[in-house]
Amino acid sequence: MSLKRIDLLICCGSGCVSAGALKIKERFHEVLKEHKITSEVNIIETGCMGPCDYGPVMVIYPEGIFYKKVTVDDVAEIVGEHFVKGRPVARLMMQEEEKTISAQKDVPFYQKQVKVALGNCGYIDPESMDEYIATGGYEALGTVLTEMKPQDAINVIKESGLRGRGGGGFPTHIKWQMVHDRKADQKYIICNGDEGDPGAFMDRSLLEGDPHRILEGMMIAAYSMGASQGYFYIRAEYPLAIKRIKMAIEQAKEVGLMGENIFDSGFSFDAEVRTGAGAFVCGEEMALIHSIEGERGNPTPKPPYPAVQGLWGKPTVVNNVETIGNIPTIFRKGAEWFAGMGSEKSKGTKVFALTGDVKNTGLVEVPMGITLRELIFDVGGGMIGDHKFKAVQLGGPSGGCLTVDHLDTGVDYESLKERGAMMGSGGVIVMNDEKCMVNVAKFFMDFCVEESCGKCSPCRIGLKQMLEILERITDGYGREGDIEELQRLGESISKLSLCGLGQTAPNPVLSTIRYFRDEYESHIRDRSCATKVCNDLMHYDIDKDRCIGCSLCARKCPTVCITGSRDEKYTIHQTGCVKCGNCFDVCPVKAIDKVPGMHPEIVEHRAAVANAKNPYDD
Amino acid sequence: MKTLADLKKIREKAQEDMKLRGGNVRIKIVVGMGTSGIAMGAREVMKTFLEEIAARNLSDVLVTQTGEKGLSSMEPVVDLIEEGKPKVTYGNMNPDKVKKVVVEHIVNGRVVSDYVVSTGD
Ligand SMILES: Cc1cc2nc3c(=O)[nH]c(=O)nc-3n(C[C@H](O)[C@H](O)[C@H](O)COP(=O)(O)O)c2cc1C
Repeated sequence: MSLKRIDLLICCGSGCVSAGALKIKERFHEVLKEHKITSEVNIIETGCMGPCDYGPVMVIYPEGIFYKKVTVDDVAEIVGEHFVKGRPVARLMMQEEEKTISAQKDVPFYQKQVKVALGNCGYIDPESMDEYIATGGYEALGTVLTEMKPQDAINVIKESGLRGRGGGGFPTHIKWQMVHDRKADQKYIICNGDEGDPGAFMDRSLLEGDPHRILEGMMIAAYSMGASQGYFYIRAEYPLAIKRIKMAIEQAKEVGLMGENIFDSGFSFDAEVRTGAGAFVCGEEMALIHSIEGERGNPTPKPPYPAVQGLWGKPTVVNNVETIGNIPTIFRKGAEWFAGMGSEKSKGTKVFALTGDVKNTGLVEVPMGITLRELIFDVGGGMIGDHKFKAVQLGGPSGGCLTVDHLDTGVDYESLKERGAMMGSGGVIVMNDEKCMVNVAKFFMDFCVEESCGKCSPCRIGLKQMLEILERITDGYGREGDIEELQRLGESISKLSLCGLGQTAPNPVLSTIRYFRDEYESHIRDRSCATKVCNDLMHYDIDKDRCIGCSLCARKCPTVCITGSRDEKYTIHQTGCVKCGNCFDVCPVKAIDKVPGMHPEIVEHRAAVANAKNPYDD
Repeated sequence: MKTLADLKKIREKAQEDMKLRGGNVRIKIVVGMGTSGIAMGAREVMKTFLEEIAARNLSDVLVTQTGEKGLSSMEPVVDLIEEGKPKVTYGNMNPDKVKKVVVEHIVNGRVVSDYVVSTGD
């Protein structure tokens, strides 16, 4: 028995770590020593607690008090006041409309969330198997192995309605059944922890924050389909996730929860970690399988599906980290409980990495079917500043943008797909009215062009064509017919590409054309970017009435294209301007405006220089 | 580990170690740690509680603290809160009294009326 009276849980998810959580932890050790109360406080490094915007965050038990934006300098006060004198530090608590919120459970960010896969993330010490077991860990595995036949376990997953969280939403039980039904001397289960979507960190957080859960889920899956060997495929950029999974495997083996004859059931299982080099396409299951085999990570045509001919030609199931993370809880709480959450065809919860222009960016888990409005405005806390919501991008580079008109759409596989977006793996980027949708589409297209493996021509050449058209549109050389050409290319690339990368890469472009066609049109016809994001389609202008002739802008202009005098005031010579924005930033009286549209001088200049021949002409 | 019963054993032990984060708490001890409480020896009182509880392996008892309790003439002040029973407040506590409260009240369920300064909320 220990003398501990306080559990200090410090969030050490990636956001909080980069905000200094580890230094804060060290400082706690020092200050506790100074007060001679080291033996009374447990310091626990947890996985991601979710509200990354408020990091570094921490929770202090037994009261469950939540502190945000803690700095190294706050540590002395927390220890001196809260730990020694029992007076929690109010200024570090969340404030909501004048109210101070002390307990974690009352923080609005958590109110609409339901944590299943993330149930322990941010609550337990991920490096302690005992803490996982304390929350009911490995009970599901024990029950399945000792009381269920593989087919019974598959039936439970079928009843739960669990679908793949890696993007496609494929019913999990069907994959398992296919592998279960095949006769083979060896079968494999692979956990897909590649997570290549820009801005996504759901799977990383799960692997880092609750590794035993993923291990347990994998073993239940393996037993159900008759696999005795598993692989964790995790990108090398996730060293902590790799370390924690390896540690979990070792701990489980040590007590016999993994290895030979687990729970005396005759079932034996072993697992290994394989690291990926971080190519987006290696998240695609066939490419991933080849990468594990030691081959180049390129996709190959399906069929044959992995369930028939997977890793080393053997029947294989590839499941996403989060899919696997749901499994132990489904067995512990029952298929009915799980199926009770969500919408008709999408059951359970989904973890999202909420990013962009919302107040509460971070890691969230919500019931399927929650509306985008609730996700963005309740959980996400709404838009930052006075900006208006413009669009939300779901599904990363394979997904699409939705608009204000879709805010009441339920977040589930079917509803999103119908509207041209997709669930994807869980990246959600919220955008305000300062974002240019053509530019957003270009960003994702650029990503896909970079990440295309180059094996099939629709993806290799077609996406590059689309990118060039997008570039000329944003550079002010767009032509009539470009929109139609983008659509034609996008649709054929979707149909003809070998793997999911090419098949879905046109989605961001197609969905933004669908909902923001007027923006494309004004870029092309009016040579104007209303949001002033596209440099060539906006210009700076000095308002002579407001200008005081101080000459600061002229002196700061790197291309010396601003001239004038105190009397005449100053003028920007547009053909020399590189749109660096220095003048705009330094003007003491804010006499310089950003104006949408290409300046007439530039239009004339371009016509003269090229005599209407533009650099994009073939 | 070969059976669900083995797992249960580990779980029960692990849950005890995690009791601060919620779980099975029968009695909560709240020590008043205001300035005057500390001056009168509240820290010693709290430490004795922690030691006695650890020594007796009382896994369902939780020690926490609070700020000023407004009973400065009787510091150190301690509340014992038990599910379904009125709160008992002990005053003028010291390590010896703590030992007695642990044995009598916490282990044997008999309130030590000599030290009680108030009961109920
Ligand atoms: C280009 C591309 C990238 C992918 N990246 C991932 C990924 O990072 N993680 C993942 O779980 N699935 C990814 N997938 C989906 C996988 O191919 C596969 O469908 C998934 O891992 C199956 O698991 P699930 O049924 O549990 O969702 C990707 C697919 C494509 C086409």
